[in-house]
Amino acid sequence: MKRRSVLAGLAAAFTAGCAKVGESETFASLVDGAEKLHRGAHRLLGGRQAMAREYSVADISPYFRGNGNTDIETDFYRAHQASNFADWRLEVRGLVDRPLSLTMNQIRALPQRTQITRHDCVEGWSAIGQWTGPQLSAILDAAGLQDGARFIVFRCADDFRGIPYYESCDLDDAFHPQTLIAHELNGEPLPVRNGAPLRLRIERQLGYKHAKYLTAIEAVASLDGIGAGGGGYWQDRGYQWYAGI
Amino acid sequence: MKRHALSTRIWHWVNAVSLVVLFMSGLNISNAHRRLYWGEWGFAPEQAWLHIARFPGWATIPGYYSLAKARDWHVLFAWVFGLSLLLFLIAALINGHLRRDLSSHRHEWRLSSIRTDLAAHLRLRFASASGKYNFLQKTSYSLVIFILLPLMILTGMAMSPGMDAAWPFLSQMFGGRQSARSIHFIVAWALFAFTVGHVLLVLLNKPIGNLIAMFTGGRIDETA
Repeated sequence: MKRRSVLAGLAAAFTAGCAKVGESETFASLVDGAEKLHRGAHRLLGGRQAMAREYSVADISPYFRGNGNTDIETDFYRAHQASNFADWRLEVRGLVDRPLSLTMNQIRALPQRTQITRHDCVEGWSAIGQWTGPQLSAILDAAGLQDGARFIVFRCADDFRGIPYYESCDLDDAFHPQTLIAHELNGEPLPVRNGAPLRLRIERQLGYKHAKYLTAIEAVASLDGIGAGGGGYWQDRGYQWYAGI
Repeated sequence: MKRHALSTRIWHWVNAVSLVVLFMSGLNISNAHRRLYWGEWGFAPEQAWLHIARFPGWATIPGYYSLAKARDWHVLFAWVFGLSLLLFLIAALINGHLRRDLSSHRHEWRLSSIRTDLAAHLRLRFASASGKYNFLQKTSYSLVIFILLPLMILTGMAMSPGMDAAWPFLSQMFGGRQSARSIHFIVAWALFAFTVGHVLLVLLNKPIGNLIAMFTGGRIDETA
């Protein structure tokens, strides 16, 4: 018992020291450096367009876990839910030549891609599902990306205590063949818990990048001034923007 | 001649610090999802092979639950851990540490000599003054350096979705991402057990002298 309290005391002293280090600016810049290193190392080892693994129908999980926001209790969302999202629209705006406001029918009329991939949550769990939807690249090409655009921002209908969810990615991921605006999961329209009617699939990164309940896509030159500037709801709360690790 | 080469001493302490940081931040990460699965996927209680207890704040980095901060520590020190191991192995290959001190001869693998070694160990008789490791030290150090530590790196990388796109064989060789995560957890505790045993044996055998030698390099007693 005494030895255990000595051990606990040592651990407490160590964690107190770590807390000091963890709040320093040097530590923050080291963490940022590591984040860039991870993105660089992954792109170097696999190429910028390395494909995420795809699975067979037999590998699909019995159901697909919903996480984060799994419903939206607003009149706006409830009205769309009541009409099976027939009038839902996806806006494409920002640094594009032709801003768009796509209907669900227009999204379904674009060339479709279907892929069975593994979804890895930052918490540690994984699920396998089959996603269908147009490639984001097709939508961006239709809108005509301007030269200054460096990031794509995804706007969502859900929020946490009034703070809207959003996400962003670089152009490598935006134009990656497996990056989809998905409207189907396992051959059915997206369930509400998984982001109905539209969610992002960005297969080489963790679950929080896969924004749900999409309302708009914005091409921007910088992530400054959007949310708290981190590039996403969770990034503004300390999570890393590059979520490939 | 020194008992421990400079490269061995530097690596020993860098590795000790990074293992402690990785273990404690890892316990914080474990608190984010306290179940383990086999295969590629798993997310629900009925799919789990192990339900893990919540680790208390005093055992985690940071000392309160923060998945974001724990991940910052974990993936930063993963680089320190991985690169220092690589540099140590290169140095140990060049300076002969691997061949001279860690490789065992066939006669040491005989049951009778293992029994003799074990009996001496249990009576706390160590031949460390000669600078030579006995069979149990050689095999446990080799197990850690060549199997357990590399397994931590490989299973860690196998869990990264970016790495999985680049090198899919990593998670496939462990039988899937959730298997890699399970093995990562098991090997982390195997390393914890090794560390406890390692520290206990140092404490039982001239702790001050051994500790100083791990900083200064010490001397080999030719008469021992």
